[in-house]
Amino acid sequence: MRALLWQIALVATVIWMIVWMGLNARAALEAQGMTSGFGFLTTSTSFSMGAGFFNFTPSDSYLKAFAVGVGNTLVMSAASIVTATLLGGVIGAMSLAKNPIPSGVAQAYVYLFRNTPQLLQIVFWYTAFAAMPVAREAISLGGAAFVSNRGLTVPAPIDGKTAGLSALALILGLLALLILRHTARSFAPEARWPKSVIVAALCALGPPLAVWALRGAPMEWSIPSLGRFNFSGGVTLPPEFTAIYFGLSFYIAAFIAEIVRGGIQGVDAGQIEAARTIGLTESQTMFRIIVPQALRMIIPPLTAQFISLLKNSSLGVAVGYPELFSISNTALTYSGRTIEVLTIMALIYLALSLAIGAAGAAFNRFVQYPSR
Amino acid sequence: MTHILTSGIELPASDAIRPPPAQENRVRALTGALFGSTFSTLITLIGGALLLVFAWFALKWAIVDAVWTAPGGSAACAKPGAGACWAVIGAKYPVILFGAFPYAEQWRGVVLIALWLVWAGVSIFRRVPALTKIIGWIAIFIVSIILMRGGIFGMTYVGTDQWGGLPLSFMIFGGTIAGGLPLGILLALGRRSRLPIFSALCTAVIEVTRGFPLLVVLFFAALIMPLFLPPQLNVDKLVRAEIGMIIFFAAYAAETIRGGLQTLPLGQDEAAQALGLSYRQRLLKVILPQAIASALPSLFNDIVRSFKNTTFFAILGLWDILGATKSALQDPEWVKYSIEGYLFVFLLYFVICSGLSLYGRSLERESLSRLRRAGK
Repeated sequence: MRALLWQIALVATVIWMIVWMGLNARAALEAQGMTSGFGFLTTSTSFSMGAGFFNFTPSDSYLKAFAVGVGNTLVMSAASIVTATLLGGVIGAMSLAKNPIPSGVAQAYVYLFRNTPQLLQIVFWYTAFAAMPVAREAISLGGAAFVSNRGLTVPAPIDGKTAGLSALALILGLLALLILRHTARSFAPEARWPKSVIVAALCALGPPLAVWALRGAPMEWSIPSLGRFNFSGGVTLPPEFTAIYFGLSFYIAAFIAEIVRGGIQGVDAGQIEAARTIGLTESQTMFRIIVPQALRMIIPPLTAQFISLLKNSSLGVAVGYPELFSISNTALTYSGRTIEVLTIMALIYLALSLAIGAAGAAFNRFVQYPSR
Repeated sequence: MTHILTSGIELPASDAIRPPPAQENRVRALTGALFGSTFSTLITLIGGALLLVFAWFALKWAIVDAVWTAPGGSAACAKPGAGACWAVIGAKYPVILFGAFPYAEQWRGVVLIALWLVWAGVSIFRRVPALTKIIGWIAIFIVSIILMRGGIFGMTYVGTDQWGGLPLSFMIFGGTIAGGLPLGILLALGRRSRLPIFSALCTAVIEVTRGFPLLVVLFFAALIMPLFLPPQLNVDKLVRAEIGMIIFFAAYAAETIRGGLQTLPLGQDEAAQALGLSYRQRLLKVILPQAIASALPSLFNDIVRSFKNTTFFAILGLWDILGATKSALQDPEWVKYSIEGYLFVFLLYFVICSGLSLYGRSLERESLSRLRRAGK
């Protein structure tokens, strides 16, 4: 009874606070002569942002600006997640090497990148690009890529649209593979998958190859070359893009390396000894015994790192990369709709975090022992 | 890891019978690790060569060719063949370390930094009772506010808009922990409460906060909060942003502490109930001390992160050490040597965060050995 009264009092307080804050906000908005509502979304923004993966013009609507922001956030996060996972996996494996040179390098990397703020790293990369020579004296990386104060110039497929669509097809194919294996397991848990490698390869590589072939199998790559004053060919990733990409990938890679190391070390030593005893080879022990068990320990913290990466892509605002946060920040100044703009932005971030969390949980269920 | 002996008695690995230690030969062990197999030899040679080349260029740039002092301005760094221009720090350190704090009053910042470092050193020692440490930190925090703000004891008043640099970063950090830890404990307890509405509310606060980027939380606190409060309740931007930091830290700390609460055997609370202790006694004497002790190592991860997160204040236009360094390096004379300036701040953070995480690690080892002693 007392508990019930307490809770009623709590609910009443919360409701009262919300109403009180709402009244305050209305009074403040009226005093400043500001209007509210979401009608501004269809009006044109009249501002422009730096170059991103997707772009918009000042005559485009706020709605499109938000969409561009979400697109830039997603592309940046996806690219960084892939890079961070690969790099983190390599560094995590290196840190377990018996040879002190790779393990020392890996540990130094983890120490340096974990113990300094991510924002400082992003600002550092940005400054480092600004300090690079002008395009005319660009530093050549093996003749195929160039570093200058305009950013990183790399080779790119000429038909960028096909490349993008193929990448999308790859992701969809991997998703299909996941769902396929999951349903197959629940229908026939006892069935063995002798051909699973072939199925996996078909699902993963089939769709992108099909898209690429359907679009006429374009092969040409545009290789950058240094002219008198500027580059011709290739794609130049501006410093804003590279700084946030490096900053997100390298920082999270250090955390992933620790997770991978912990996951592999966490596999019971008896398992490895048993595998050797029954005569499995080194690589069989690695891929049949260690990796499947380590994955179970790695996936949950890995998901948390991916969410953290996505959320910290908002640091793009510090270097002017037009992701969701920087676009919202500018939109808020231009439209004067502080509450509306921040609400939209916050809800999108919340939805994206929840989506990654749900995907991670689904994948986690998939790698756990099916019987438990 | 435990070995199961044939008798069926489980013993910790350390007590199991092990082969007698082989004659340790460190040199032979090292050569074995470096040149044990063809592959390993290859890695050693290539990796070693790359490392040597890298070390050579890094040392040449950072030490041998570096310009340490430039009495005549940045011209000394511009001469051909010059390496790192550490002179930029000599020229700009008042702004980097103390922000816009009035130059004549910067001794107050020096005193503040010294106090924090000394007490951090004292806090490392296990002999010092925890209560002494905590009371000391609270006293130092109050002294810090007096030192920064001034207005008494003959010190001139300095507004929060002029606070900056390392002292500000320390205070943002201290305030975050001081406010966030109690709030986190309350949220964790609330989430485990038997009252459904109360627990739902705490869960919602924790999960929603954790779903947002810190920047969004800070923007809500700094930009939106004034809209919802009557004008007479408005506090300044620094305090508002600090409230955002506290809520964000509390949401993460709450989950860590909840983890600590979950490791506590139910019997502990039941035994305390059987002894007739009140809820408050059970909480303060039985549950929280054990839960926090077991959560402390992971709590240190949250704490290190919240120190790194003080840099977010730079985006809000406040002068924490990153914000202060940014504006110090806008000086056209030194802007070319920004990298050296940022490397200095990088080193500063690296030293402090490494210290914090090393301490966290030692706590972890200690709690592990305590568990082992308890026979787990």
